Amino acid sequence: MKKQKNKTAGLQKRQAIAGYLFISPFIVGFLVFMIKPFFQSLYMSFCDVQIGAGSFNPVWQGLTNYVKAFRVDPDFTRLLVEEIARMAVYSLAIMVFSFFVSLILNQKFKGRALVRAIFFLPVILSSGVIIGLETDNALMASLEASIEQTTSGISVTAALENILRTAGIGTRAYEEVFELIDNIYDVAVASGIQIIIFLSGLQTIPQSMYEAADIEGCTKWESLWKITFPMISSLFLVNWIYTIVDFCMRSDNEVIDKISEIMVQQINYGLGSAMAWVYFVIVMVIIGISSLIISKGVYYYE
Amino acid sequence: MSKVKTGKYSNFRERNRKSQGYLLKKLLMDYGLAFCRFLLLFGMCFLILQPILNKISVSFMSEPDLYNPVVISIPENFTTENYKLAAELMRYKETLVNSLIVSLTIAVLQITVCTLVGYGFARFKFPFKKFWFSCVMLVILIPPQTISSSLHLHFRYFDVLGLFKLIKGETINLRGSALPYYLMSAGCMGLKNGLYIYMIRQFFRNIPKELEEAAYVDGCGMLKTFIKIMLPEAKPILTSCFLFSFVWQWTDGFYSKMFLGNTKLLSTSLARLSDSLGAYIQRITGSATTVAVAYNNCIIATGTLMIVMPLIILYLFAQRGFVESLSSTGIKM
Repeated sequence: MKKQKNKTAGLQKRQAIAGYLFISPFIVGFLVFMIKPFFQSLYMSFCDVQIGAGSFNPVWQGLTNYVKAFRVDPDFTRLLVEEIARMAVYSLAIMVFSFFVSLILNQKFKGRALVRAIFFLPVILSSGVIIGLETDNALMASLEASIEQTTSGISVTAALENILRTAGIGTRAYEEVFELIDNIYDVAVASGIQIIIFLSGLQTIPQSMYEAADIEGCTKWESLWKITFPMISSLFLVNWIYTIVDFCMRSDNEVIDKISEIMVQQINYGLGSAMAWVYFVIVMVIIGISSLIISKGVYYYE
Repeated sequence: MSKVKTGKYSNFRERNRKSQGYLLKKLLMDYGLAFCRFLLLFGMCFLILQPILNKISVSFMSEPDLYNPVVISIPENFTTENYKLAAELMRYKETLVNSLIVSLTIAVLQITVCTLVGYGFARFKFPFKKFWFSCVMLVILIPPQTISSSLHLHFRYFDVLGLFKLIKGETINLRGSALPYYLMSAGCMGLKNGLYIYMIRQFFRNIPKELEEAAYVDGCGMLKTFIKIMLPEAKPILTSCFLFSFVWQWTDGFYSKMFLGNTKLLSTSLARLSDSLGAYIQRITGSATTVAVAYNNCIIATGTLMIVMPLIILYLFAQRGFVESLSSTGIKM
């Protein structure tokens, strides 16, 4: 009996050792390249970092860098607010867009594979440096301006906007909406992965549910909200977090640009770290609160 | 019975009359829906493809065409000069080879390590497993920019436990060399590596456990089981992760700028293209002139196309590897 117990303990032990061996690269990397720099940059954000030959020494100076970031630097606060607002609006738009596109792409029609391939193309093509180049494409901007001048009011959204403005319904709200529609390209380009994730969720919903609902007299619209939506609601959480994180790492993010400019060109590591930390904490708080709210509404089907 | 009915009312109009107009209504609805769907999808596909098509047409234009208001998408003076110039400015051959080597080696390294870690998380029970997995989540969530300042200094004054300082009297400067990035990749801290670990773990969890247990019973060791049994099963997700890793490394600007500054890569040379064009024009004309915006953008468009072209070719052949395997993982929280 005792021997038996020893044997299982041995297996468990072997499992544990093997498990740790398998994940050891991650542990080493995490400690050396994540935890240490993580706390070091937190420490540096409270310091004035002096770069000398062969070494650097941080001098403690309390909250000076944070005060500097908010009160002295002319752009930082403005960029931060703008970027966060843009993130909120775009992430929402990306969620809605990718949800409906994945609904369409889940239907059967000719050329579905081709359309899927095209929707996924931006994941590959508009990543890294390329997206940064596209946004400050001055030629396109000037072209757009000249087109708008010559064809004043032919743009459908502009005409609609004019009508709505004279009607006098909540101006701010639909200005955001129209801005999104005008920038639908950005939304479409950023939602490749999200579409795939939603599609993978849609394919796991058993067809028999829809059949049952259909027999009970449920319309397509009702079954969309009563079956499809709850069944993939857990994926909304995944996608939401992915979208926000992805947004933070894009190379056309102006806050990140600002931070790297301060670090590389002005060689002010203390201030740069402080700004990075402010941004990071705000994003984490947003992710935390929003995923808490979303996870309340998530329905798990088991 | 239904067979008899269709035989009797084989005529569509007659069947429609029998169903009191329902059949026609349904048919119209279906066609209407298909038409709307076609319009919507066509519009969106065009939206996504248009910038690429636009770049292709612009890249073949000579400079006068750019200012000619009549020329919109088909160039009047067809030229490949832009490609020659962009290739020269980016040192295309050199950077292409460099990019290929770096992206390939990094992708192989990252996926090897991530597979090991993902498998470890999926299949073994060990103490503090939840804790370590939450660390993986943390790695996904922390933007690398937050710690970039410290990483800069970390590698600028690189030292392992003060050893180098003892021997040589000073720390070594690893900035600019490619070594730090390879080290980071070996430690799963490269570009989006947390995501790969997560995806691979998810895939391994869906493989039935009996497969492994059978191998154990037959006297197969843990490592041997992993290599002989589990790896072949996981081929789709591994190719997909490999492709992602390769592609994202190819276009990545952040890590390349930070760690691989001395290695001429396509992505960094593309980011600098506009500056080097200015320098080139200045060298030719001998005076400091600003480059015309249109021409600058034309060259940038050409350069972008040249970077993207290998990826498009890769995507054409490995499209299935990208999309299908990802949707078969069943990503769930």
